[in-house]
Amino acid sequence: VNLLRRVLNRKRDFYAGGLMVLFGLVMALKGPTYTLGTLMHMGPGFMPTALGVILIALGILIAAPASGARDEHDEQILPENPQWWGWLCIIAGPLLFILFGTYGGLIPGTFACVFVAALGDRTTTWKGAIGLAAFVTAFGVLLFSYILRIPMPILEWRGL
Amino acid sequence: VITTALTDLWYGFGVALEPQNLMYCFLGVLIGNMVGVLPGMGPLATISILLPLTFGIKAVGAILMLAGVMYGAQYGGAICSILLNLPCHPPHAVTCLDGYPMTQQGRGGVALSVTVLASFVGASWGITEMILLSPLLVKVALQFGPAEIFSIMLLGLLAGSTLARGSPLKGVAMTVFGLMLGIVGADLETGAERFTFGLTNLDDGVELIALALGLFGIAEFMNSINQTAAIDTKYSNITLRDMRPSKADLKQSFFPMLRGTIIGSLCALIPGTGPTIASFIAYATEKKVSKTPERFGRGAIEGVVCPETSTHSSVQGDFIPTMSLGIPGDAVMALLLGALTIQGIVPGPQLITQHPDIFWGLIASFWIGNILLVILNVPLIGIWVKLLAIPYRFLYPSALFFVCIGVYAANNDMFQVGETLVIGVLGYVLLRLGFQPAPVLLGFVLGPKVEENFRRAMLISRGDLAVFVERPISAFVIGLCVLLIVVQIVVRLRAANGKGAQRLEVKAAHNED
Repeated sequence: VNLLRRVLNRKRDFYAGGLMVLFGLVMALKGPTYTLGTLMHMGPGFMPTALGVILIALGILIAAPASGARDEHDEQILPENPQWWGWLCIIAGPLLFILFGTYGGLIPGTFACVFVAALGDRTTTWKGAIGLAAFVTAFGVLLFSYILRIPMPILEWRGL
Repeated sequence: VITTALTDLWYGFGVALEPQNLMYCFLGVLIGNMVGVLPGMGPLATISILLPLTFGIKAVGAILMLAGVMYGAQYGGAICSILLNLPCHPPHAVTCLDGYPMTQQGRGGVALSVTVLASFVGASWGITEMILLSPLLVKVALQFGPAEIFSIMLLGLLAGSTLARGSPLKGVAMTVFGLMLGIVGADLETGAERFTFGLTNLDDGVELIALALGLFGIAEFMNSINQTAAIDTKYSNITLRDMRPSKADLKQSFFPMLRGTIIGSLCALIPGTGPTIASFIAYATEKKVSKTPERFGRGAIEGVVCPETSTHSSVQGDFIPTMSLGIPGDAVMALLLGALTIQGIVPGPQLITQHPDIFWGLIASFWIGNILLVILNVPLIGIWVKLLAIPYRFLYPSALFFVCIGVYAANNDMFQVGETLVIGVLGYVLLRLGFQPAPVLLGFVLGPKVEENFRRAMLISRGDLAVFVERPISAFVIGLCVLLIVVQIVVRLRAANGKGAQRLEVKAAHNED
């Protein structure tokens, strides 16, 4: 991780520009497969290809160290203390919502999502996370099922 | 002109005062204010989270509610920055400078009440401007061909992306990225599927809510988790009596309010110079005009009033191009415009004639909503102060749930929850690479219209690109675009000589005048 951090911290703008070039390449290469057309009768592929080329140019400008367009602060890609655990929990929340929501309904989906997301904070206790999840679930069911009538089953087993 | 404006306005009040619409406006202001107060929840996050709640409502009610959410959230953000020194929304960064020192001196209540007053004055002027200017602008806009519309959108996009925070180059890159996201899905003219990668769920394009909640919800949570410092609420005990400003306070705020109003409305007229720049210019002006500039930064009431007035007057002014041309000036406006589109209403010059109830109802509701804001905040300020103390560890998991259920409820489709998550993670990566997410939204909302008008212009001109500089209005706008880029390059070169970026941004806007 230390090595990774050292590499990542080095050239933020280089990676930023690189990412833009990558996006641009996808567009510029995939665009022409949707027929370009002429300038007068543009096909669906014209705009994406043009945008892709522009984005590649912008990416190169961003990555070029001579551009001088640097921000003074926040030079590093990773924040000072990376929160891998916190990030994992935040990503897991919606994933669990999808999984439990699809197979079990609103209650299990909500509870799992809030509970796991809450664990991401350093100061959260197990009890606190359970309490919060229970509270949000109750509130969510009341608001979304009874008041706003979202057509999502509250609790059911749909099997795998 | 004035008599027709007055009759139209009268009609608007009729629409806005219908019990149902009044209720939605009230709900919007209340919920917006409540959510906006929470530390870390700016207007963008607040509007995107509450957007799905408005889908079941008729178009008029929905847009009134969202507008209410917007200024409610804005005022909530002001509370947060004055009492806690936390700017949840960039325009409030300046408010912190003198607002928080006032709180430390026990004058936080006064700061809050003059802010309410300032926002009311600023907004009122902005609304008046909107009533008088919009119909004129619409008359002109109806003459526009696709070439003019394309040029104006180009100017809007350029201004919106280069004048925002951070590197202008990165801002433009994000706008282009947003335009690309707008292309995903079936092509308007030929129906060809583009960049769906075989996923039928993407046929209708990327969902606006998924994009907004990914960028301003999930990415923000990832950015703030375990990063927020403990919130210091020791100064934020405000009672009703603290909020009453003295005569001297009011006298001191009178002229700053006027100056703020003027600065804000001027900034609104220049595309792209949104509320953030308006607030910076207002603060700088106020400091220059003042006989005692050394008081600034130590709790000068003018330093709170002037930027707040200019912010609100500029936000209201931003509604003019948004509602009359269908071209949003910043991400908040883009979101509101997207909400209109979701309701099946095509924004543009024809909006006023086709949906006068929406246009005039919205204008009338601005006044009603701002009055509601004043009335609400007097008794509820104690509750807002308590909300400020909610720790982030309770806040973000609950907000995450609202994100999930909101995206799901939009189309009853779990796929979009996943879409939001992917956009959110990507948004966080972009954030760490120094990109600002707001221009993405701007590009996304305008994307399909940019393409449509460019294609049409080319079809009419038989593929001659010179059409953009041959037609006078279009040529003028393109000229502005070029000027904007030149000014940016000059400013950047000067910045390379080592000056504060903030001052330069203000200067850049001055040069634009």
